[in-house]
Amino acid sequence: MPDINAVADRVASATPPSVARAIRGLSDCSIAWLFVAPTIVLLLAINIFPLIWTIHLSFTNYASNRPNRPVVNVGLKWYQDILSSPEVWAAMQATAHFVFWTIFFQTLIGFTLAYLVDRKFRGHAFWTTIILIPMMLSPAVVGNFWKFLYQPQIGLFNYIVSFFTGLPPSSFEMLGSVTLAPWAIVIVDTWMWTPYVMLICLAGLRSIPDYIYEAAEVDRASKWRQFWSITLPMALPFIMLAVLFRGIENFKMFDMVMLLTGGGPGSTTELASITLKRQAFEAYRTGYSSAFAIILFVVVFGLANIYVRALNKVKQR
Amino acid sequence: MSALPQSTPSKGAPQKRWPRWARRNLMENIAVALIAIGVLMLVQPFTITLYGWSFTVVLVGTVMFTIVSKFPE
Repeated sequence: MPDINAVADRVASATPPSVARAIRGLSDCSIAWLFVAPTIVLLLAINIFPLIWTIHLSFTNYASNRPNRPVVNVGLKWYQDILSSPEVWAAMQATAHFVFWTIFFQTLIGFTLAYLVDRKFRGHAFWTTIILIPMMLSPAVVGNFWKFLYQPQIGLFNYIVSFFTGLPPSSFEMLGSVTLAPWAIVIVDTWMWTPYVMLICLAGLRSIPDYIYEAAEVDRASKWRQFWSITLPMALPFIMLAVLFRGIENFKMFDMVMLLTGGGPGSTTELASITLKRQAFEAYRTGYSSAFAIILFVVVFGLANIYVRALNKVKQR
Repeated sequence: MSALPQSTPSKGAPQKRWPRWARRNLMENIAVALIAIGVLMLVQPFTITLYGWSFTVVLVGTVMFTIVSKFPE
């Protein structure tokens, strides 16, 4: 292993004298700032500046397809328009339907799978890897191949449903029906992200010490009682974490739903982020969409605060 | 009669106690409740008036959380 002093000497001798003179006059704090400065500048340029610019645009009538038009301050007009628009309200409800049911199914199935995998049966590592595959795929890939699976004539999904229910496979269209399309996107998201919830729940289950179960066995507690009094309460912070994380992610859902249904039929699966994209890049209402983006940002930021608080509680355990 | 030992006065100005109602935990709970209520108001399908006020409630909760998370425990 090279001597640290020798390395320091080599670095010092390789430093040009002019640079060495300039650095010698700097304090430790200045040198620390010098190292951190590129990251801060990058962060300001990529994150903070666009955010402040979006807030600014949300108070103006700026339209990106008419950049030479005089920009007029419209105050809170876009915020008032969005918060009194029945279309945006409907998009929020579609988002809520999607978020609620995906979280419900993902938590239920994810926790059940984690509980089963935690039993450590023969080949459990192999099956855990198989279960995790959907999570590793790109949402664009998932969106495209589920589109084929949902095809009424050739899609496998319709044939499986037909096998169990006796309905003719082409008698229903998952992506074309107003009543079925919201459930179609719920099924795909559940299929894709249940493994993620399973992983978090598995971490929670593995964190429960064995001696608690041994003490319960000594007290002759039944398996059912052990589940409700030990397993579930101790895994609950992890389940909550998974719920919050998936809630935030699904509130922002865009790519997979856009590829699957494009917001249709009509606007039944038009989630908030799809409405935002349409206003920004199809209607070119940049000011309006900026205000919408800020509203969504504040909601997600608020939910992230709850998430951080839940995370701190898990850490305190 | 011997005098009872007196407690030594604290050095410097007496420390001002942080008000009990403004403790971090309580205020954070209120902020989290406001955010949760605001999000529910945003997505509920019953009345557009609640939807109209939802953003304000979420914003108040979020700003409050940001401020009170710096309060002492």
